[in-house]
Amino acid sequence: MGLFRLKGFPGTGNFRHGIHPPDNKSLSAESKVEVMQTPETVVLPLLQHIGAQCKPVVKPRQIVRYGEVVGVGRAFISASLHSPVAGKVKKIGMVTLPNSMHLPAISIKTEGDQINPQRLWDEMTAMDWPRDCISIYAPETIAKIIHNSGIVGLGGAAFPTHVKVAPNDSRMIDTLLINGCECEPYLSCDDRLMREAPKAIVTGALLAGRAVAAKEIVICVENNKPEAILKLQQATEKTLIKIAVLKTKYPQGSEKQLVKSVLGLEIPLGGLPSDAGVAISNVATIASVARGVIKEGPLTHRVISVSGRGIKHPKNLFVPIGISMGEVIEYCGGITEDAARIISGGPMMGFAFSDMTTPVTKGTSGITVLTHDEISDEQETSCVRCGRCVDACPMNLVPTRLALAARYNNPSIAIRYHINACFECGCCTYVCPAKIKLVQLIRTGKKLVAAMAKS
Amino acid sequence: MAPSPHILNTANTTQRMMKDVLIGLLPIICMSVWLFRAYAVKQLIICTLACLISEFLFVRMRGRSASLGDCSAVVTGIILALSLPGSAPWFVGVIASMIAMGIGKIIFGGLGMNIFNPAMVGRAFVMIAFAQLMGASAYENMTGLADAVSGATPLSALKFSGSAIKISELFWGVTNGSLGETSAFACLVGGLFIVLRKTASWQIPLSIILTVTGIAGITDIAGSHSGEFLFHHLFGGALMFGAFFIATDPVTSPLTAKGKWYFGFGTGVLIMVIRLFSGYPEGVMFAILLMNAVTPLINRWTTPLPMGEA
Ligand code: SF4
Ligand code: SF4
Repeated sequence: MGLFRLKGFPGTGNFRHGIHPPDNKSLSAESKVEVMQTPETVVLPLLQHIGAQCKPVVKPRQIVRYGEVVGVGRAFISASLHSPVAGKVKKIGMVTLPNSMHLPAISIKTEGDQINPQRLWDEMTAMDWPRDCISIYAPETIAKIIHNSGIVGLGGAAFPTHVKVAPNDSRMIDTLLINGCECEPYLSCDDRLMREAPKAIVTGALLAGRAVAAKEIVICVENNKPEAILKLQQATEKTLIKIAVLKTKYPQGSEKQLVKSVLGLEIPLGGLPSDAGVAISNVATIASVARGVIKEGPLTHRVISVSGRGIKHPKNLFVPIGISMGEVIEYCGGITEDAARIISGGPMMGFAFSDMTTPVTKGTSGITVLTHDEISDEQETSCVRCGRCVDACPMNLVPTRLALAARYNNPSIAIRYHINACFECGCCTYVCPAKIKLVQLIRTGKKLVAAMAKS
Repeated sequence: MAPSPHILNTANTTQRMMKDVLIGLLPIICMSVWLFRAYAVKQLIICTLACLISEFLFVRMRGRSASLGDCSAVVTGIILALSLPGSAPWFVGVIASMIAMGIGKIIFGGLGMNIFNPAMVGRAFVMIAFAQLMGASAYENMTGLADAVSGATPLSALKFSGSAIKISELFWGVTNGSLGETSAFACLVGGLFIVLRKTASWQIPLSIILTVTGIAGITDIAGSHSGEFLFHHLFGGALMFGAFFIATDPVTSPLTAKGKWYFGFGTGVLIMVIRLFSGYPEGVMFAILLMNAVTPLINRWTTPLPMGEA
């Protein structure tokens, strides 16, 4: 453990605190990405990103082509929505996403000739992605294409990517970090993408780096993914892109921890990576940037992991956005008898859901199905003030204080202990010997604080 | 829907921590039973039972459901028994236990809410209430295993008559004293276990031991005692027992690593101040209680700065 060294970067490859949960990646990491066929219907919620909701620009019974815009995001912080199939708009109904957002969504019934999804995936994994001709694209053009392609962060947060890369004179970007840490247990979709489509990632990285005028581009990978590192090293030969091999530790892939780990910089409290001169984008996002710019293809498909001991055949899949979770789970053989909880995303920060018609969205990185043995419903006991939550918190907060403030309805204490710096990574709850649901209490505390700010 | 995170570290529960402490106490229990025979057995049984029963009754009185399952009452009972002289009559153990659980813990709201270490609250009470039963004479008129263990405790002897005993005897613990404090060796073995299991912090025992070594070492050199003084203070009295098993009680010690260093340092200084300048030969108990009282303050001083806050 102590032997870990990061060479050639200002950071140490490590950050303070954090945890080492069993990563369980071997369940799915060796399964090559399989391409799912186009489903009969897709459901496209109008808000799949952080920012303003899209406006639908199609009507029921309207025929749409593959890749046609069906919802536009006019606001700057927004992203357009493209149809992943050819077909007929059924209706604009309501859906509830696993994160409990209740939203209008366009359903499209597939009809007529479809694009072959295998072709899309083969394009992605091809080894002939250009590296030299990218200088023909002006930085503004790249940002514009990213905007028009509806690309958002595919790592889970789903922040519109063009906002990060839009040229901005008041905010210089020195370093572009490409995040391939994938520190959530079970998930292996980014690992697979780095192993199977390294060239697309390299091209996308060069494009995004050009858009933000970054002096340095670094792809960050945890040291538990040796094959991905090897493939990226081969793919980045004769480019200026560097690869930072980081310590495997949760939450290494979180923005602030990553910046600290690689560059040794701290993003100011309440600030953005750009305040430290850094732009961060996930590997899958970067690969879709390459596709958007070079192949002029919008974001319509993505790679997801379907894993956990509660799933019969864990897999990594290339799926159209809008396919139902139920169909994806069926494709993987369904859930096992002792499956207890189905999660959108990974077990640390994902959301549990039960409605199988829930659609896969741009930000869905995977589905994790846990068994009764894996989830723990042990009874909560009193806080023994052991301080383990303090020693685990990557933001260096005092989780037990925050939880207590929430429990006793005291927003001012919560503010004094910087409740809003908490990004709900779950480390504190994971380590607590008293099994106190700290994150849940902290969420309540944040609501209290917001309510107090309003009044 | 169940909130995230969906996985927990199941190997780590409050109950496991308490069981670890019990396992860590085993070498000390064995040593005390071997040295003091029936005296030790009697005191251990009395205190453990009395603590369990008081916790049960007091919790019931406050209309809460019983929390005996977390084993913390057993831990308090055993630590209390080990900190009493074997000769103390049965009612001393019972009253100490009732005070420990009632005043030391339940009044504050149960496990996790108390400010003072319950066992030390109980012990402090009987020490003041039954001064002659708990004082130096309590150790002297007891018939133990060997002649070595009758007579004054090593620190009393050193303090009041200036006589030192062999350091090896002090270390292995063939001396007189409270049931659990005689053998520095047993305390080290059990203490290292709970520290390695991360059940107890390592910062607290280390900083206490370093501080005591520092102060006793300087006094030793200043008075040219050639090591005797230092080792008496290090291996004698309840130092090792207190440093590993009492001061590390998570509830009554600071939250952060930095706070734990301060806590240990403060405890070490207070122990030596009491031992050197007061009428008591022993200062571990009062030192820990005093530091318990300032723990909320230490927590406030050592609140960590969030990442990104310059
Ligand atoms: S880890 Fe749990 S028991 Fe320990 S201090 Fe934090 S909240 Fe309390
Ligand atoms: S959930 Fe919040 S308080 Fe808990 S460890 Fe993560 S950042 Fe810290």
